[in-house]
Amino acid sequence: MNDTATLPGFADPVHDAQRAFRALLDALARPGRIHRLPPPLRAVPGLGPAAAALALTLVDFETPVWLAPSCAPAAGFLRFHCGCPIVTEPEQAAFAFACGFAELPVLERFALGTEEEPERAATLVVEAAALGEGRALRLRGPGIAGECRTHIGGLDDEWLAARAMLHALYPCGLDLFVTCAERVCGLPRTTRIEPPCAPAEA
Amino acid sequence: MMQNPHDDPAIARRRRWMGVLAQAPRETLERAWRRFAAPPAFEWLRRPETGLVMTRGRAGGSGRRFNLGELCVTRAAVRLEGGAVGHAYVAGRDGRRAELAALFDALLQQPTLHDELERELIGPLAEAAHAAREDAARKAAATRVEFFTLVRGEDA
Repeated sequence: MNDTATLPGFADPVHDAQRAFRALLDALARPGRIHRLPPPLRAVPGLGPAAAALALTLVDFETPVWLAPSCAPAAGFLRFHCGCPIVTEPEQAAFAFACGFAELPVLERFALGTEEEPERAATLVVEAAALGEGRALRLRGPGIAGECRTHIGGLDDEWLAARAMLHALYPCGLDLFVTCAERVCGLPRTTRIEPPCAPAEA
Repeated sequence: MMQNPHDDPAIARRRRWMGVLAQAPRETLERAWRRFAAPPAFEWLRRPETGLVMTRGRAGGSGRRFNLGELCVTRAAVRLEGGAVGHAYVAGRDGRRAELAALFDALLQQPTLHDELERELIGPLAEAAHAAREDAARKAAATRVEFFTLVRGEDA
C-alpha cells in the first residue's frame, strides 16, 4: 500500500474545499491573477500545497488523473482522499499533474475535448519554479481588460509555442493551472500567452 | 501483483474485528474508550462522513446479483501517533460510533494492546452479537408455519 494514503487532507474539509473552489473559479475567470489556496494539513510528497488543495477540491471518482513521474508519490493520497482512478496514459486523463513544464508530454496527447463536448478536455496542473516572479509574460483574452502581465518561472518559448498551436482548435483546448507552493494562477484555453515584447497579433 | 486479500490470515483477522466493531453499540465502545487512563493521541485522516452505499444481494445466495437498496453508512479514518491507521464503516449516521470503531481498529493493530482488547472488547462483543442473532432466529423459528398438502389420490 502506498504510504501517502495515510496523510490527512484539509483541516476543515467542507469549508476549505469551498474556499479553494471559489478561488479556482476566480482564477479561471481572471486569468493571470494569483490566488492562494488553503493548504492540506501536511505536505504531500509529489504535490505542492496548492496542487494538493486543487486535487482535494476538484478531483473525484469520475475524473481520471495522470501523474508525471515526480508527482507519482502522491498516488496513494489521491486514491484515498479523492477516490480517483490513476491512469498511465495522458489520453485518458481529466486532470494531469506535473512538476515543471518539461515533465508534460506532447500536449496533443491529452484529451482536447470535441466540438460537441469541449468540457471533456483535460486540465493541466503544473508546479512552476516561480509564480509572481521569473519570466514576464503578457496575457490577453476573455477575463482580461486589454492585457495584463504575470510572471511564471520555467516556461520556455517552445512550450508556449506548442500551447499557442492549440488556439486554432477552439472550443477544444487545454485549461492550465500554474501552482507554486500555496499559490495558483489560472490560464484557461482562451488566454493568449506571449512574451512581453512580441508584436501583438491581429 | 497483489495477493488475494482473502488468503492473508492477518487480513482475515482484521476483517473479523472490523466487522464486530462495526456492529457494536456505541455505549460499549464509549465504555471501553473511557478505560484508557490517557486516551491515545490520534489525528484524522477522514472525519466521520455519512453517505449512501448500494447493498447488493443474490437470491438464495447464488442467484443473479441485484441491488437490494441503499444503506446509510458513516465512515471515518484515523491515524494514531505510532502510525497505525484505523478505518471504520458503520451503518447509520452516528459519527462518534464510526470514530470509536476506527480508533479501536487502529489500536487492535498494536501488538501491545491487541490481546487485551481482543479479550476484553472484541470477544464479548462477538458473543453478544452471536447471542442476539440466535435469539432472533429462535423467536422467528417459533412462529414458523408448516404447510401440508393432502395427497388427494389422483396420481396414485
